[in-house]
Order: sequence, then C-alpha cells, then structure tokens
Amino acid sequence: MPAVQETIDQVRQIDVDQYKYGFETTIEMDKAPKGLSEDIIRLISEKKNEPEWMLEWRLEAYRRWLTMDEPSWARVRYPKIDFNEIHYYAAPKGTTGPKSLDEVDPELLKVYEKLGIPLKEQEILAGVEKTKIAVDAVFDSVSVVTTFKEELKKAGVIFMSISEAMREHPDLVRKYLGTVVPQSDNFYATLNSAVFTDGSFVYVPKGVRCPMELSTYFRINERNTGQFERTLIIADEGAYVSYLEGCTAPQRDENQLHAAVVELIALDDAEIKYSTVQNWYPGDKHGKGGIYNFVTKRGDCRGKNSKISWTQVETGSAITWKYPSCILRGDGSRGEFYSIAVSNGHQQVDSGTKMIHLGKNTSSRIISKGIAAGVSDNTYRGQVSAHRKAENARNFTQCDSLLIGDKCGAHTVPYIEAKNSTAQFEHEATTSKISEDQLFYCLQRGIPEEQAIALIVNGFVKEVIQELPMEFAVEAQKLIGISLEGSVG
Amino acid sequence: MLEIKNLHARIAEDGTEIIRGLDLTVKAGEVAAIMGPNGSGKSTLSYILSGREDYEVTEGDILYNGESILELDPSERAAKGIFLAFQYPVEIPGVATMQFLKVAMNEQRKYRGEDELTTPEFMRRVKEAAAELKIAPEMLRRPLNVGFSGGEKKRAEILQMALLEPKLCVLDETDSGLDIDALKVVADGVNALRSPDRAVVVITHYQRLLDYIVPDTVHVLYKGQIVKSGDKTLAHELEAKGYADIIEAAA
Ligand SMILES: Nc1ncnc2c1ncn2[C@@H]1O[C@H](COP(=O)(O)OP(=O)(O)OP(=O)(O)O)[C@@H](O)[C@H]1O
Ligand SMILES: [Mg+2]
Repeated sequence: MPAVQETIDQVRQIDVDQYKYGFETTIEMDKAPKGLSEDIIRLISEKKNEPEWMLEWRLEAYRRWLTMDEPSWARVRYPKIDFNEIHYYAAPKGTTGPKSLDEVDPELLKVYEKLGIPLKEQEILAGVEKTKIAVDAVFDSVSVVTTFKEELKKAGVIFMSISEAMREHPDLVRKYLGTVVPQSDNFYATLNSAVFTDGSFVYVPKGVRCPMELSTYFRINERNTGQFERTLIIADEGAYVSYLEGCTAPQRDENQLHAAVVELIALDDAEIKYSTVQNWYPGDKHGKGGIYNFVTKRGDCRGKNSKISWTQVETGSAITWKYPSCILRGDGSRGEFYSIAVSNGHQQVDSGTKMIHLGKNTSSRIISKGIAAGVSDNTYRGQVSAHRKAENARNFTQCDSLLIGDKCGAHTVPYIEAKNSTAQFEHEATTSKISEDQLFYCLQRGIPEEQAIALIVNGFVKEVIQELPMEFAVEAQKLIGISLEGSVG
Repeated sequence: MLEIKNLHARIAEDGTEIIRGLDLTVKAGEVAAIMGPNGSGKSTLSYILSGREDYEVTEGDILYNGESILELDPSERAAKGIFLAFQYPVEIPGVATMQFLKVAMNEQRKYRGEDELTTPEFMRRVKEAAAELKIAPEMLRRPLNVGFSGGEKKRAEILQMALLEPKLCVLDETDSGLDIDALKVVADGVNALRSPDRAVVVITHYQRLLDYIVPDTVHVLYKGQIVKSGDKTLAHELEAKGYADIIEAAA
C-alpha cells in the first residue's frame, strides 16, 4: 500500500462520517423556550413583527394540528418525535431580519464562507467567469442576509426573506400563501404553517426573465432546534425564474427536525425551475443522529402553458420524506420531476412526486434515480393522476434503482389513475446492481474502487445531473461520490 | 518482464480448477501469442493476471518485473502497467468515453505520483490517438461501449491501451469481430506500441492477426497448461493441422 493511500485510510478511520459540513459554530443565540403552545406562536409572530392576520393564520393552523396524527404510510421507521422537546425559534442575537452585508455578524459570514456560499457581492463580481447568483442565507430560524437585492429590484424582481415580505409586500403574501399547500394539508405542513420562522419569497413580475439564479442556503446550527422554513415563489404571466436551494447542518448525536413547506405558483406562460441539493447531516455510520426531513413541496401550474420543473439531489438526512409535486391546472401546462436520491449507512429515503393532471393537454415527465448502499432503504413513491376533464394528459415515468452491496433495499411504489380515457401514461422501472463486470473493467483501467463506483453512479444519474444549473451539477457529482464513500468492502 | 510459475487457480465460488500448473515467461520487447481451443483457460489467465477477484490462486506465482503481484489490487496492477484488452468490453452507461479516458489516465498518474494532465494536453493526446485508430471524435462523446459495434468496441480497447501506455499488454481475441480493414488498423496500432521495454501477449484463434502482428513466440494453452511452445511457425502449423496432434501428444 503506498504511503499516500495509507494516510487517506487513516484519516478516514478517524472521520468515519466524512460529512465535511459537520462543524458547529458558536454564536450567541436568542432562543424561545422548548415546546409548542399558542404563547410560543405569539412569541414567534411578535419577534417577526408580523401583521395580525398572520398570527391568526398561524393559530388556526396550530389548533388544526393539535387534532392531527403523524402519518405512518411511508416506508420509514423512527422513534416517536417529542414535539415539546424542540426549540421553535432560534436566531443569532441581534438579528431580527436580514441586514445589509456590512451589518452582518462577521462570524456568520465566516460560516457561509466555510460552506462555500458566496455572500459578499464584490467577491462574486470579482470572479469574472462565474455566473451571478443571488443568495438568501437562512441561519436556524432567520434569514441573515439576502444579496443582490438592489440589482434584482431594478428588474422588478422581489427576492427577500418571507418575514420581510410579510411586512413590505403583505398583499402579495396574503394573496398567495397557503394557496398551494393549504394550512390543513398534512401533519408536517400544518405544523409548519403554525411555526414557520423564515424562508424566501420570490415574485417575478409579468414578462420578466429573472436576470440571475436565485438561491437560498439553509443552515441548522442550534442544538434541539427545528427548522421550519417556508418558501413562496410566484412567477407572474410570462415570467421565468430558476431557483436553487442548498442545506447543511452540524454533526450531532441527536436527531433534528426539519419540516419545510415550499409553494410555487406559475401563472399563464410562466416557468419556474426549482433545484435542490439536500445535504443535511445523515447521521453517523451506526445510524446515530441526523436530520429528520419531512418536507412538503408543491407547485401549481395555475396558468395556461405554464411549466414547473423540480430537480433534486438528495444525499443527506437520516430520514427523507419528500414528494415535490405539480398540480397541472392550466391547459397545456407541464410538470417535471428529476430526482437523484442517494442513501448510504442507515439512511431511509421515501421520496417521489405527484403529478395531478387537471387541465387539458397537460403533460408531465418523471425521471427518478435511486441509489442505495450500506444498510439503507430507498423508496420511490409516485402518483400520476388524470382527472375527468384532463383531456389528452400525458405522462412519462422512468424510475431506476441501483443497489450497491446486498444489505440495502430499493422499492418502487407507483400509483397511476386515469379518469379520462384519452390519458396516456407510460411507466418504466428498473432495478440493477453495479455489475462485477463493470467494476472490474474500471479497476483494470487503474481506477480505484471508490472512484469506480462514483464514476458508474454518476453515469447512472447523468440524465438528472444534466437538468441542474452548471455550478450545481459539478457540486452534485462530487457530493454523490462523497456520500457513497465507504459503501463497499 | 512476466514470469508465471506453476500457476494453479480455481473459481473462487465453486472451487473448479481452471489453471492447472501453467508456466510462461515473456520478456520485455517480446510479442507472445497464446492459442488454444475454446474453454482452455485463455481468458481466465488474462483475468488472473489482472487480479480479478473471482479467481483464487492456490499454488505458484506471477512475477512482474521480478516481483510477485498476487497481493496487488487490479487497479494497482493496472497503474503499474498491466493492461487487458477485453474479449468482451463492458458497457458503462452514462459515462462518456472521453470522461472515462480522463479519469483512468489521471488515476494512474496519481498512483504513480505524477501530476494530472491539463485538459488541453489530454485533448491533444486523445485526438491524436483516435485519429491513428480512425475513431471518429463523435464516438468519444458517446457512453463507453454503449451501442458500439463489435469492431468499435475493439478499437476503443486499443485506444485506451495507446493512451495508458502500459508495459504489459494482454490482448484477448482483439481480432474477433473486426473486418479486414479494421484488423489492419488495430494491428498497426499494436505494432506502433511495440518497443524494447514493452511486452505484448496476444490471445487469438487465427493466423490472420499474426500475419500483421508477427509474434516472437507462440504457446498452446490446453486444459489450463501450456502444452507446447515454439516460434511463429507453430502458429502456421496449427492453422494447417488444428490442435489434435498437440493435444494427443500432451495427453
Ligand atoms: N467465473 C466462472 N464461472 C464458471 N465457469 C468459468 C468461470 N470462468 C471460467 N470458467 C470456465 O473455465 C473454462 C475456461 O474459460 P475461458 O473463458 O478462460 O476459456 P477461453 O480459453 O478463453 O475460451 P474461448 O476461446 O472460447 O474464449 C471454461 O470452461 C469456462 O466455462
Ligand atoms: Mg476467451
């Protein structure tokens, strides 16, 4: 064994989890006491300086939530969550909302720097060949900064934290919030409606093509804190926006809850492209710790010929429960779902999508690539339905699973329902293993086993990677390689 | 360069012995041809040389440049210069040929402590080698071996060999599936790599390939052993008379 390899192996043995975002930052925090009650909700609302109607909306959701049960249909197992052991609000001291960059605590800026998230506009501009990306950085419960706001404003694009939007654009927020994912939608979405703390708000006006990629970067830092973010994106008639979301959390022994809601609304001829690279802490190799990720994401193609496209790369979290969906309401609208879900160690993934065809001549496309390694479980759960009036609905679903080793599981659970006889739905599914032949072939060319697996897996997911914006695609490929390290031998 | 001594090897899974006391020496600069009836163990020998885990060496040794390689991983053997052109090249869906080449070349360089190739330098080398082998640049963008014709796959193997610049090249039936023109192109490619510090082992059933790649030695493999060795005239003899006499003499 060459010395270099030996060193690498030694380092690996020390850092079994290889989760490079696992660092913790000590920043003075302002925290609500543990537990959930109407008082806590009032406190959150007050901290955020919210209008009265918002508080009422939250309380209504909370009362509803008290009557609901946690869903149990997903193929995931975890101990019962004690919702009173969680802090529902945690913010770096002195931040009630985003400030201008020079006012932000330098310690916080360092965190994002360490994570590779560019927050300093000058620096971003200095890198000539890099494309501009506007970032909203959310740290535990609050947005700490949003970049390029001025430049976006010139184009008429509103991009700010949702708390800010509630104060500055109450009419827009009130008009759209909860219209795609209603307060009563499901257990976690209802909880989110009651306690959501921050998230991003985007409004792209009629006919405007957003001049840069928008992105939100979520970081859970505090112990025993839940992150409940809420994102609302509206593309008005003929508008276009591409939005990216990234997430990480420190390495911790206990599980942390993340229950987000994302609502997308595309009006006539509008298009929204939403990409996620989810890399929450997955837990250690014994299955200890990690984020419970219970997320409701839904897009409403409200206008004719509108289009919503979800692309997700899921590598983190101990448990993933997530089904980004499209309601194809407008005639001629189109929904897309491209997904890569990687599970290793003890991770459990139950993810997929719903394509609900309501309008005439609507179409949808689902490409799902699940990769399971270690002792993980990876389930694709998808629903495609055409309602009575959905003339000529079209769907194509391709769902491929790749197994690495023989202790993991991949499952495909498709629900297909057509109430209109003109619907044409196609479903293809495959399950395969990385073949010994492929692996040996790569090894024979001098490619070591882990790199060989990463190469083969990246080939397997290529169709989805191609859908990601350039910068994200490279990052995603690396991330998949890292997530699968230690998956063999 | 290569010394195989009394090699015994079996299938790891069920213990069936395939290689039964095989001796073979190939010197640097030499081209050795291995011939033998179907199922005699030629491909198996090539796999064992490259370290495939499905086979277990139970006795004997393989020395490469005087050192035993039995403990080395396949990727380490490759990085040390052992290359196998597969009888049945494997498809790698979604991985562009170009990308595969780059990863392989750079991983080998990394192992040897060399710097990664710059992209322009890599491109230059690939273009040059591909042109020599009459491989269209279009093909390099396609996923490796996926949908390649039989002949294209074999050519892609030789392209990899040319770029990886191995020291010991094992070609397992590279001639099968090639049309006459392609055979000539591939043979030229192999001949271009002949050099005093490189050895080539050509596994084939046909004299036709050996007309182009003229071997220094010819060996007949039968039931896991080398039963006869000679110079290039042995191949002509086999072409004319078949294996019957040799097999009988060996039995
Ligand atoms: N992994 C394996 N499992 C079962 N049998 C095997 C395995 N590998 C090799 N064999 C058997 O070992 C024998 C030698 O096979 P090998 O492929 O080496 O022959 P060959 O000389 O290359 O033949 P050909 O000229 O047809 O290519 C055959 O009988 C083959 O079926
Ligand atoms: Mg063979």
